[in-house]
Amino acid sequence: MSFSTVMSAAIDGLHVEPVHVEADISNGLPMIHMVGYLSSEVKEASERVKTAIHNSGVQIPAKKIIINLAPATVRKRGASFDFPIALSMLAALGEIPGKKLEGTMVIGELSLDGSLREVPGVLPIVAEARNLGCTRCILPQGNASEGALADGIEVFGAETLGQAVGFLKGETQLPCAERSCGGAGRTCREDEVDFGDIQGQDAVKRAVEVAVAGGHNILLIGPPGSGKSMVARRIPTILPKPSYEESLEITRIYSVLGMVDKENPLMKERPFRSVHHTVTRAALTGGGLIPSPGEISLAHGGVLFLDELAEFKKQVLEVLRQPLEERKIRINRARGGYEFPADFMLVAAMNPCPCGNYPDLSKCSCTPWQIQQYLAHISQPLLDRIDICIETPKVGFADIRQKDAGGASAYIRKRVEAARLVQRERLAGSRARWNALLGVKETERFCRLGREEELLMKQAFAALGLTARTYHKILKVARTIADLDGEADISGAHLKEAIGYRTADKKYWRR
Amino acid sequence: MHMIYEYWLAAVSGVPSGRKRQLRELAGNAEAAYYMEEKELRASGLLKEREIQAFLLAKKNPFREEYERMKKQEIHFVPYFAGEYPKRLCCIQNPPYAIYVKGALPEEGKVSAAIVGARKCTPYGEQMSLAYGEAFARAGVQVISGMARGIDGAGQRGALNGGGKSFGILGCGADICYPREHFGLYMDLQQSGGIISEQLPGTKPFPGFFPARNRIISALSDVVLVMEAREKSGSLITADMALEQGKDVYALPGPATSPLSQGCHHLIREGAGILVSPEVLLEEMSLCSEKVGQIINKNEKMLETTENLVYSCLDFTPRGVNGLSERTGLPARKVLELLISLELKGMVKEISKNYYIRT
Repeated sequence: MSFSTVMSAAIDGLHVEPVHVEADISNGLPMIHMVGYLSSEVKEASERVKTAIHNSGVQIPAKKIIINLAPATVRKRGASFDFPIALSMLAALGEIPGKKLEGTMVIGELSLDGSLREVPGVLPIVAEARNLGCTRCILPQGNASEGALADGIEVFGAETLGQAVGFLKGETQLPCAERSCGGAGRTCREDEVDFGDIQGQDAVKRAVEVAVAGGHNILLIGPPGSGKSMVARRIPTILPKPSYEESLEITRIYSVLGMVDKENPLMKERPFRSVHHTVTRAALTGGGLIPSPGEISLAHGGVLFLDELAEFKKQVLEVLRQPLEERKIRINRARGGYEFPADFMLVAAMNPCPCGNYPDLSKCSCTPWQIQQYLAHISQPLLDRIDICIETPKVGFADIRQKDAGGASAYIRKRVEAARLVQRERLAGSRARWNALLGVKETERFCRLGREEELLMKQAFAALGLTARTYHKILKVARTIADLDGEADISGAHLKEAIGYRTADKKYWRR
Repeated sequence: MHMIYEYWLAAVSGVPSGRKRQLRELAGNAEAAYYMEEKELRASGLLKEREIQAFLLAKKNPFREEYERMKKQEIHFVPYFAGEYPKRLCCIQNPPYAIYVKGALPEEGKVSAAIVGARKCTPYGEQMSLAYGEAFARAGVQVISGMARGIDGAGQRGALNGGGKSFGILGCGADICYPREHFGLYMDLQQSGGIISEQLPGTKPFPGFFPARNRIISALSDVVLVMEAREKSGSLITADMALEQGKDVYALPGPATSPLSQGCHHLIREGAGILVSPEVLLEEMSLCSEKVGQIINKNEKMLETTENLVYSCLDFTPRGVNGLSERTGLPARKVLELLISLELKGMVKEISKNYYIRT
């Protein structure tokens, strides 16, 4: 047999594109020629494959070998085609029975000695392979446990090209990778953190609990050293545990970027992405000539933390507006559009003024103009998307001594999960999954007020200069507080607390 | 009197106002001064060579157009020799040759008081300035200040709230609103009171103009109140000038630890009057007033017990939710809820995120 084809796949954005790797051997000038819209790293594969086959003990005859990666209209990048090219060539040479390769998805990079190296994007490719009708996958051993996360397909891991060939010939067996759900799973945090570590700061902890319970975006304002980042870093520990499907969804994104753990590929904790204020627009939203997901997609299902919010470039912050609304980001290129998920909870922190000590005038050395300029960095449309705003005070001595048992992450998480359950039941069949996502109509439907509460809001509207927008935000937050308390109706106390969390409006911002 | 020539003389730059006055007296009137030739100027022996050149150069200025434009902007031009020139301003060491007024001038027969202090003030200083401004207004005292951020603006706003008159002395042209965020105050002052400047219309604010402005503030006032000032502060310059001009200076005491009260305490040590309350001050100024009402304690009867507990922990120093929670022993969410209740009742005010003071 002089022709063979092997199934493989390319990743474009987060989308998987099936690729057929074809090899043909015929008489002619001895050469290996590769076609099919290849980037240079794919063209280099011919040298790696040639040497790896040679080192696996197979002689390549002096013939004309043509490799085609179809469809020819899709740009192929990365080193994951080495392995399918090698198998395709070996099949064309008759080393492997071609029939054995049917319904088999193959990806992997080759070393010169014939051993297989891990590649990124395994999980989405394996999952797609099942949809394409493949029954099994052969992957580098290092990727096997990641591939095994996908359902309904057999995953085999091979150490070397020789092993895979032996397996396909039916001479040897390869271990079938099992889904491993044991172990700690991959967490984004190096050390174990807990809300119990934070002493004092009751108001902040409470606000964060409300924010997480309703999925509300939150802004922490406070002087340097008041523990803003400390609080933010602990938010993933109280987020509701992700379901298996959610974990898979998160893992897929990390897989494409080659960021999954070899041993415990499944992301069992929600991600926490802390972004430095020097971040570029493309790094935040995703981008590049061929777009790859950015920080907001890496924070999908978890927390995006922007420390020193006022230091970010204005244009960078403004791009967050659309993803915060639509929970995904669309990046358009001349060749087409890419869509990445970006369903994250925004946690932002900032100082109240450039020196950070306002309103403590004995320490603050900023002029009113400086303070105003500093706050003006954050645009009104972005503030509109933040439901809760809370001040983090400097930690005093009394706080350090204080211990609070109810403040441990495990307890808070329990309360949050209970509140989320209430929301899920109430919002069943609606577009929103939790209170923060309620639209205007839904807010009116689910956040009904009694007569007394209505009166209170009327009073607040006039006294505090609320706008229609802040009014709805307060209702949503009050709904969440009521859910946390396990109450069906929003009471005056809930409303007042929610008013206390309202984000500063432009008027206040200017003071 | 030929106002247009008076304007020309006032607009000559680089010549001190005292020199201009002497020259005008020598010539008899401003028009005659305008038509003085180089020889005559030199013969007068009043001017230095540089100043003579400035005079000659100024004749080429388009002052007639400028004067018309000023009229259109409703800026009133008041030269030193005009009858309406404030008497209080005449008798200082270096009175401006002319002042430019939008609105009215302070009434001669009425007592006027200056409320000055730091631009970046504490809520305490701001509230007290408002209260004194209002008390002055009720007692018919005109409030003079610099329309600056912080104390100045608060004192003047207080006077307007009390239905009185207030006058803003600017360090830039009277047609320029500086600082910009006081545009509302700038407009209101023109309605009930006036905007006064010695700078030509269109002059941009410049740091050097402000000490000169301060001398006009103190000159136009009978007493000067320094509400809050740092150790080294422009308000202390105003106080010094007031003393030189023989005016009474009062200072508002504050916490010994507050850097913004150090300047005031310094003044008190030097012998300035202590501001105890508006009533006491008005009495000392031998102006009787109706009871102005207590500044510190509002009616607490309408408050619930827990509200009162939180309210009693508040004063004019900003307090955060956490601190209040510790002091009252109530959980943070309860404190926040009570604060909002108080805010809705108008008893407290949020001055920065989750920081509250009494109103």
